[in-house]
This record gives sequence, C-alpha cells and structure tokens, in this order.
Amino acid sequence: MNFKLKIWRQKNSTDKGRFVEYLVKNISPDASFLEMLDVLNVELTRRGEEPVAFDHDCREGICGSCGIMINGRAHGPGHGAATCELRMRAFQDNETIVAEPWRAKPFPVLRDLVVDRSSFDRIMVAGGYISAKTGGVPDGNAIPISKPIADQAMDAAACIGCGACVAACPNSSAMLFVAAKVSHLALLPQGQPERKSRVERMVAQMDAEGFGNCSNNYACEAECPKEISVSNIARMNTEYILAKIR
Amino acid sequence: MKLNSKIPDGPIEKKWDNHRFNLKLVNPANKRKYTIIVVGTGLAGASAAASLGELGYNVLSFSYHESPRRAHSIAAQGGINAPKNYSNDGDSIWRLFYDTVKGGDYRAREANVYRLAQVSGSIIDQCVAQGVPFARDYAGYLDNRSFGGAQVSRTFYARGQTGQQLLLGAYSALCRQMDVGKVKFFARREMLDVVVIDGQARGVICRNLVTGAIEPYVGDAVVLATGGYGNVFYLSTNAKASNATAIWRAYKRGAAFGNPCYTQIHPTCIPQSGEYQSKLTLMSESLRNDGRIWVPKKKGDTRKPEDIPESERDYYLERIYPAFGNLVPRDVASRAAKRMCDDGYGVGSTGRAVYLDFGAAIKRLGKNVIEERYGNLFDMYHEISAEDPYRTPMRIYPAVHYTMGGLWVDYNLMSSIPGMYVVGEANFSDHGANRLGASALMQGLADGYFVLPYTIGDYLATSKFKQVSAEEASFKETQREVGHYVKKMVSINGKKSAEEFHRELGKIMWDNVGMGRNKAGLKKALAKIPKLREEFWSNLKIVGTASELNMELEKAGRVADFLELGELLAYDALHREESCGGHFREEHQTEEGEAKRNDAKFSYVAAWEYAGANKAPILNKEQLKFEYVKPSQRSYK
Ligand SMILES: Cc1cc2nc3c(=O)[nH]c(=O)nc-3n(C[C@H](O)[C@H](O)[C@H](O)COP(=O)(O)OP(=O)(O)OC[C@H]3O[C@@H](n4cnc5c(N)ncnc54)[C@H](O)[C@@H]3O)c2cc1C
Ligand code: SF4
Ligand code: FES
Repeated sequence: MNFKLKIWRQKNSTDKGRFVEYLVKNISPDASFLEMLDVLNVELTRRGEEPVAFDHDCREGICGSCGIMINGRAHGPGHGAATCELRMRAFQDNETIVAEPWRAKPFPVLRDLVVDRSSFDRIMVAGGYISAKTGGVPDGNAIPISKPIADQAMDAAACIGCGACVAACPNSSAMLFVAAKVSHLALLPQGQPERKSRVERMVAQMDAEGFGNCSNNYACEAECPKEISVSNIARMNTEYILAKIR
Repeated sequence: MKLNSKIPDGPIEKKWDNHRFNLKLVNPANKRKYTIIVVGTGLAGASAAASLGELGYNVLSFSYHESPRRAHSIAAQGGINAPKNYSNDGDSIWRLFYDTVKGGDYRAREANVYRLAQVSGSIIDQCVAQGVPFARDYAGYLDNRSFGGAQVSRTFYARGQTGQQLLLGAYSALCRQMDVGKVKFFARREMLDVVVIDGQARGVICRNLVTGAIEPYVGDAVVLATGGYGNVFYLSTNAKASNATAIWRAYKRGAAFGNPCYTQIHPTCIPQSGEYQSKLTLMSESLRNDGRIWVPKKKGDTRKPEDIPESERDYYLERIYPAFGNLVPRDVASRAAKRMCDDGYGVGSTGRAVYLDFGAAIKRLGKNVIEERYGNLFDMYHEISAEDPYRTPMRIYPAVHYTMGGLWVDYNLMSSIPGMYVVGEANFSDHGANRLGASALMQGLADGYFVLPYTIGDYLATSKFKQVSAEEASFKETQREVGHYVKKMVSINGKKSAEEFHRELGKIMWDNVGMGRNKAGLKKALAKIPKLREEFWSNLKIVGTASELNMELEKAGRVADFLELGELLAYDALHREESCGGHFREEHQTEEGEAKRNDAKFSYVAAWEYAGANKAPILNKEQLKFEYVKPSQRSYK
C-alpha cells in the first residue's frame, strides 16, 4: 500500500512546529502504524533528513508510551487499541494520513510526536497509592474480596496512562485517568484508610497541572485504548463530594 | 579475578535466616547519610528503590523512560509464582525450589533458588496489600493457575496483565517514597557508564535524553536493575528499547558477566510474517493450561485446521511427554516445535508454525470462561493476525524471550565491582540455564523487596567511604570519555541506519546462536560479528546532533553494545560443549533429541571478565555444588 503522510515536525518545545508531507510506498497491510513510521525513518536517515521522533516501547498496547493523534483521533481509527496496535489495513490505499502529537497544555511537546506526560506521574505521587509497608502486611488471603469487586477494580486498574483521554477531550481534562486510579483503590478494602485524602490530593494536583474540567463530553471513553468506563468519573465525583462533606 | 559466591554455611532451610542475622545493620538515624543510585524502574528497580527509600536511605532512581511505569516489566502477561499451596495440591517451598533447580537444568545456585522460593510467598502478600487486583474465585480468595515445568497450580495472575498490575503496585510504592521525598526520580536519563573510585562503585554517568547533557551522579552504592538483553537478536518479545548498555558498560569496568549464552526461546509467540516486522508478540504460557498444541500427521498438509479430523492430528507434546503434556518447560516445548517444523510438519504460509488449539477447552468450559481467562490475549492475536482464535487455532512459533545470563552476583546480589548490585533480569542468579514461567516477576520482586534491602545495608555498614563529589577527577574523566564516545558516533556520517545494523546482527544471532547451536555456526557468527561491528563504526549514519532529543543516537548506542555482547554470547556458547536448558548444542543431545549435559566438565557458572578491546575475555569459573537436588537427566515423560 502507498500513503501520503502529513506529520507534525517540531524540533523542541520552543520551536513553533509545522506539518511536513512524506510519501511512503509498498507498505504491507499487516504492518503496524509504527512499523510504517520505522520504514519512513530508515528512508529519511538514508536521505540525510531527521527521522520523526515518536514514543513507543512495548508495541503491544500495554506500556502506554505510544500516542499519536491520527486523522484527528487519539490512537487513530478503531476502538480499544493503542497506536502501536493499529495495522495499516485500517487505512485505504493512497490515503492521506495526518499525524500529530497529543495537544494539551499539561503535555508539552518535546519533539515531533513526543510529549512530556510527567504531569501524570505527579498526580500519582500526590497520593495515588496505598501506604503498605514492605513486609509488614497480612497474608494475601486474609481479606477475601468478592469477585465482582475485584473484577471492577481490575477494570479500572487496566489504564495504561497513555493520555489519549486528555488528548481527545475538548477541555484537556484528565478526569478519566485520575478516576480510574481513584476507583481502583477506593473499591478495594485495602484502599479504605486513605480513601478521603487520596481523592482530595489527586484532584488538587490534577487542577494544579492545568488539566481542564469535565463537561460530560465522553470523548475520553470513546478513544481510551483500554475502554475505561466513564462510570469511574461518576464514582470519583461521589468520592470527592463525600470526602469534602465528611 | 577471584569470585566468592558468599553462600552462607548451614542447612539450606536456615541459610537465609542465619545470614540475615549475621548481616551488619545501618542504624536508622544513619541511613539518611547514604545515597543509593538505582538504575531502572521495572519490577526489580522500582521495588528496590521503594524499599530502600522506605528504610530511610536517599535514593536516586533513573530510567530512560518518561515514567517509571513504562518499564518493560509492564508487558508480562501470565503470572507470578508462589508456593502458597492455596490450591491444596501439595505445593511447598521445597517443591518450588526443586522445580526451579530442575527446570534450570542444574545450572543454578541451590542456595539462591531456595531463598527465592522462601520469600516468594511474602511477595503475594505485599502486592495484595498494595492493591494489586489479582484474580479471585467466587468465594473471594486468590485464584491460581498452572505454568510449565510444574505439576501444581501456584501461579497468581491478574487477567493477562499480571506484569502491568505488579509494576503499577511497585510504581505506587515508589510514588509514595517520591511523595515523602526519599526517592528522587530522573526521567529520560540513560546511564552510559559507572564510575569506580578506589575499587568501589561510586556513581553513574547519564545522558539526559531531552537535552543531550552528559550528567554525573554521585552515590555510595549503585544498583543496576536494567533488564535483559534479548534484543541482541533484534526480533524478540522484549520491548523495543530494552537493551544491554548498562550491564555492558559495567562489564567493561570490571563486572563479570555470567553465562551470557543462556537465553530463553519462548515456545508460544505469534510467528514472523514479514521483513518489516519490528518485534514478536508473546502469547502467554498460561494459554498452555487450556490450549493443546498439535501439527497435522501428514507432512505438508495444506488443509485448514478445522478440516483436519482428530485422528489426523498429532498432539505431539502430549504424545512424547505424557506426564507434563502441554505444560513441559519452555526449552523442551520450543525445541519440539522446531523439530516438527524442521521435519516438514509445520503449518501456515511459511511452514514455521504449529497450532495452539482451544477448540476442546471451549467445548468443555464454554466460550465465556475462556474469554474471561485469556480475553485480552485473544484480542491481541486477532488484532495482529486478523484471525479469530475462538474459531480457528492460533498459529505459534518460538521466539527469543528472556535472558537467564547477566552480570555475575554473589549471594548478596553484589557484582564483582564492590558496591555495585545487580537485580532482576539483569543478573544471572536464579534460573540456571532455563527459567520456568512466572518466575521472572517473582525473582525481580524478591530481589527488590526482600533481598537487596538487607544485603546492601551490610555493605554500607562495613565499608569505608571517602568523600566524593562530581568534581573528582575520576568523575570528570569518565564524563569526558562518555561525551567523546557519543560525539564520535554522531560524526561517523556513513550511509546505514542503526536499525539496519541491528537487523543484520539479529539475523546472524538467530541463524547461528539461536535455538540450535553448533560449532561451525558459532564460528561463523564469531567471524561475522566483528566485521559488522567494524562496518558500524565506519558506515553508521545518524542525522541530527548529540545535544538534543535524538532517538537515532539512543538506538545507535544500544546497537553498538549489542555488537560487542553478541560476540561474547557466541563465545560462551562455543566454549560450553554441552547442552543444558536453553543452550542447545546440536553435537550434544540424547537419542531422543533432548539436551545432554556434561556435569563432569561444565557444572559451573562461566563468569567472563573483560580483558580490553579486541582481546579474548577471561573465563572465571564458579563451581556449582548440588547437595539437595541431585542432577539427573531431566525427564518430563
Ligand atoms: C512479553 C513478555 C511477557 C512476560 N511474561 C512474564 C510472566 O508472565 N511471568 C514472569 O514471571 N515473567 C514474564 N516475563 C519476564 C519478565 O517480564 C521480565 O523478566 C521482568 O519483568 C524483568 O524485570 P526487570 O525489573 O529486571 O527489568 P525491566 O522491566 O526490563 O526494567 C528495566 C528498567 O531499566 C531501565 N534501564 C535499562 N537500561 C537503562 C539505562 N542504561 N539507563 C537508565 N535506565 C535503564 C528501563 O528504563 C527500565 O525501567 C515476560 C517477558 C515478556 C517480554
Ligand atoms: S484512561 Fe484510557 S485513555 Fe486515559 S490514560 Fe488511561 S488508558 Fe489512556
Ligand atoms: S508502545 Fe506500548 S502501548 Fe503502544
């Protein structure tokens, strides 16, 4: 297959950036989107042009490194898959494909398609954990947890921290990401002691990072590669209100 | 070099307890006077950094990733072992110990393995307390499944995302220490050298991957938790950035490299489909709980799998190994698949694949149960192959997956450079010549949560430290060398990208140092690798500079080290004139084609010592003693 690519090129965080067009030829429909970029990069290197920088690592949808806005959609066409899982068979032959970085103030562009998502780490550092001391804990089976609860916690814990929810949201809200962590820990008995302070601190940090508010647009859920449900946002809102009034 | 494994005296059940009691302690008020550098934030590094911070040390944590949570450990699918015996099927510490020593084909240290089995139960407790949502049964208790090389169910799991959940647990423990200021995390920093002063590891030199700055960091001890080197084969199941640079640079500074030729080929991966392919995708071993592996009985049978009747299928693992069936260890399953394909029974367009069939399990348990157990893996397979594994069997083939070899460490996990510790996949310690499934996560967390925090204290308490700053001559010198090296690479200005060199190296490695090795092939590799390395240093092309975010430069640095490590790997494989676990020398096999060890000559750890550029490395031997599990020809029949 052949494609025309319009790729966002930006040298560093202070550069203004622009779209540049490239042609790629003879791409297998079974190749992944990132493998198509690999082919382009080898080609660019041969020509002495700077290859396109993009984050990636596992290439199987679990590490959360990759994240490209493709034709205006976070992680491109399709549902429940990260950019690295996208195959070229999802596109038409000779299609023009536009590739941009996540656009959100709390995710500054470092170069081309690479952004800095350390704001997510800072939210996690603000209480996104259970204070379990190494070694000083009871037997794993001491507290039975009903299967439906464990399963719901797991559904929320599946978030890969990719930031697509923020990129997809017109307000650059990080509610889905934060709500997934708050829900995961609030659902479990182990998470109870710090339940109140956790939600308060994480939300405060989210606001301090400059993420926007949620206006129930639900674009986050639609583009989330792990199909994290917006019901987690409702749960977080309840948690937050309860924390505030108690 | 004199190697001292420091294995404590006494009966095996008591060794660790006695040793812990004998270790010197750093008093709580003094801990904050020490700074420990931890490179890597996978399971081993994150758990180590978090536990050390919790004890009160100052910890500097580094990763080339943007966040600790991106480490390769996140991709582990299947599960983590612990002999809790919750399944009441006769498991015990002793049995896990025995299975691991046997599974490793009698090439691991008994004392280390026993300790691993001993502490593994605490790992599960710890992870549950952190909120890791392990799978549970309807009564609310933790659920288990089986993995290869074991006849009990001792594997804990979180759907097909166990590594992710365990890493998020360790990451949260790390976040907690970052929150209280005991751990400082440095993102997008690649360690490019260790600094050794008066024979002690005292710091590291990193490249800031965003600005290109070459930065020095000073500490009282250095911990490497930098993962395995499977990507020396180019195509593997490892994450794309996984590399050997940290351990390789440490090797060149005096750390012995243990058993580099012990590499693991995983039997169940999605076969390669084209030249463009950048990595191979694992289909977790847990699938062998319910999936049955087969090939057609007729050679070159091109019928669709659904059209081949039961009577014309050869469930070869069940036939050859009735006791373990589809759950034989990885090395055994991989070689059996290769043999079937070599003999002309392979399936798919290339003939290099076998079937992994869930038809019977779906009939027996229903689609729902299978979906619940393996849903995400089935989706992943579907996504990649465009085939629906609920209807038609998966096609699988072995792929490079894990490296048992790594930097040599003593019982305290200290390398041959005093003050430099190595944990997780980066060390050589516990798996011998073959790792059993679900044991890498166990080892990484055991090292980080429950072993290193004790042993490193003993070193700090008993060593003398001179006051050191980054202005010290040794720091300045190493920093200068690293800067020079990076600039040299950028200025070659040849014609070929690092990616192309990496692919070429990978092909040499896979063809000659892969699943089956022989003298002629290994010699061929040893002739080809230095030539390719020479070409690399004269014909590499990197566009851009060293003082900016330059991913080509990062890749080139990693490939440069693989081009050296690949040679050591082949060298070690050539010297080891026996077959054991994942190291299969075609000259040494039993009549049935199984690995044939030579205990009289090779019951030792090969710890290679760097002797200088273009000089043959020096072989040091650590003899292995088996007092509890007597070596025998492994049998899974
Ligand atoms: C697909 C897959 C599935 C697996 N499934 C299982 C399973 O089910 N059960 C099991 O037990 N095992 C499994 N394994 C094996 C297991 O995941 C790994 O062995 C284990 O996670 C390694 O952990 P680690 O902490 O040692 O290293 P890693 O997780 O590889 O972490 C390495 C860390 O070091 C950092 N680093 C490396 N070099 C540098 C440098 N020079 N400078 C700065 N930072 C550096 C990286 O950024 C990273 O943070 C699987 C492996 C794969 C590939
Ligand atoms: S909620 Fe979904 S989209 Fe947002 S970070 Fe997590 S996985 Fe990515
Ligand atoms: S590269 Fe890991 S999620 Fe895409």
